[in-house]
Amino acid sequence: MSGHHHDHDHHHDHDHSELSETQLRVRALETVLTEKGYVDPKALDAIVEAYETKIGPRNGAAVVARAWVDPAFKKALLADATKAVATLGHVARTGDHLIAVENTPTTHNMIVCTLCSCYPWEVLGLPPVWYKAAPYRSRAVKDPRGVLADFGVSVPRDTEIRVWDSTAETRFLVLPMRPAGTEGWSEDQLAELVTRDSMIGTGFPKQPGAPS
Amino acid sequence: MNGVHDMGGMDGFGKVEAEPNEPMFHTRWESRVLAMVRAMGAAGAFNIDMSRFFRESLRPDVYLASSYYKKWFLGLEDMLIARGFIGKAEVEKGHASEPGKTLKRGKFTVDQVERIMVRGKFGRDAQAPAKFKAGDKVRARNIHPLTHTRLPRYVRGHVGVVERDHGVQVFPDSAANDAGENPQWLYTVVFDGTELWGPDSDASVKISIDAFEPYLEKA
Repeated sequence: MSGHHHDHDHHHDHDHSELSETQLRVRALETVLTEKGYVDPKALDAIVEAYETKIGPRNGAAVVARAWVDPAFKKALLADATKAVATLGHVARTGDHLIAVENTPTTHNMIVCTLCSCYPWEVLGLPPVWYKAAPYRSRAVKDPRGVLADFGVSVPRDTEIRVWDSTAETRFLVLPMRPAGTEGWSEDQLAELVTRDSMIGTGFPKQPGAPS
Repeated sequence: MNGVHDMGGMDGFGKVEAEPNEPMFHTRWESRVLAMVRAMGAAGAFNIDMSRFFRESLRPDVYLASSYYKKWFLGLEDMLIARGFIGKAEVEKGHASEPGKTLKRGKFTVDQVERIMVRGKFGRDAQAPAKFKAGDKVRARNIHPLTHTRLPRYVRGHVGVVERDHGVQVFPDSAANDAGENPQWLYTVVFDGTELWGPDSDASVKISIDAFEPYLEKA
């Protein structure tokens, strides 16, 4: 596993010479895999397109909004999120072992994967870079309040912070608290308030009337 | 393995910096790497635990200096070479010089894309009754395997409480070594922050991991 001697000391591949080197190596690998008959490049195009169009945090937001308006759905979601999400026609099929964890006035949940980047793709899309990077992965389990402060978020001192480290094939979705002042709102209106970070536990839903 | 990937509790990496309006991919090659990993995995060239192990096995300086998809690329290339699907000389030349090996599920084609957009199934039938139940006090074993494990270092030797069980699932420590699925009971085990980080740490914090039964002993 040596020989990758062109890596530089900084964390991102923003250096142009390295970028083009990586680009060339990726292209070379794709050519080899294609010539050996392992993959059809059109199938790779289709995978990328599927990720770009079919998954994303809007799926999770629809789940949260339904849980806010429908107590029976919320109960089912907390009991077995995979099964409950599958009953929503407008959300893509979901893999096994999805677990929804509920924020309450006494408990705030936060999701991390310290070992790699496990994340509930079907309901939140692909994870952002910060979720996969060392600062979040190292500190979320030891100093969650400090991490929340990096996001400009603070949780009352007497609220328990529960950090879920995704170390297996279970996947976690935070069910945030419904913002006050949204009585009578439709599911679609409520879904607009649900941010990606509120479903990871590093943020809260938008407040009604706040600039988007 | 006690690799640099096992980052929970490490200091010195700085603040979490979110990128406003982050794109799904920063360059086109990132999307090609993601697609190649998904396609070759779906075709049966490797399982998810092997792919994690190869990324963890990157040299620590390379791991820390590489972007996320760069790690995916380096791990994929190393893994496909190690498993005999491609030759080192072929990737250096950028062309195949020999025909491909047989893939377990055959060539990855467009009609299979739908299938991979849902995660694989990891639940399996029980081989034995569960040793632990919700409420049991357990200690994360002080083990340091040289190969892949999903027991993070920061909990080893510490006592927590079983909160729920997730049935029996593929055991990554075996699957990563191509040693079969060896399914094991999986539990959420919750630890007090002060148990892990000492009496001066924030007492309002609890941390859980999902632990396979072989990682645990009665406390």
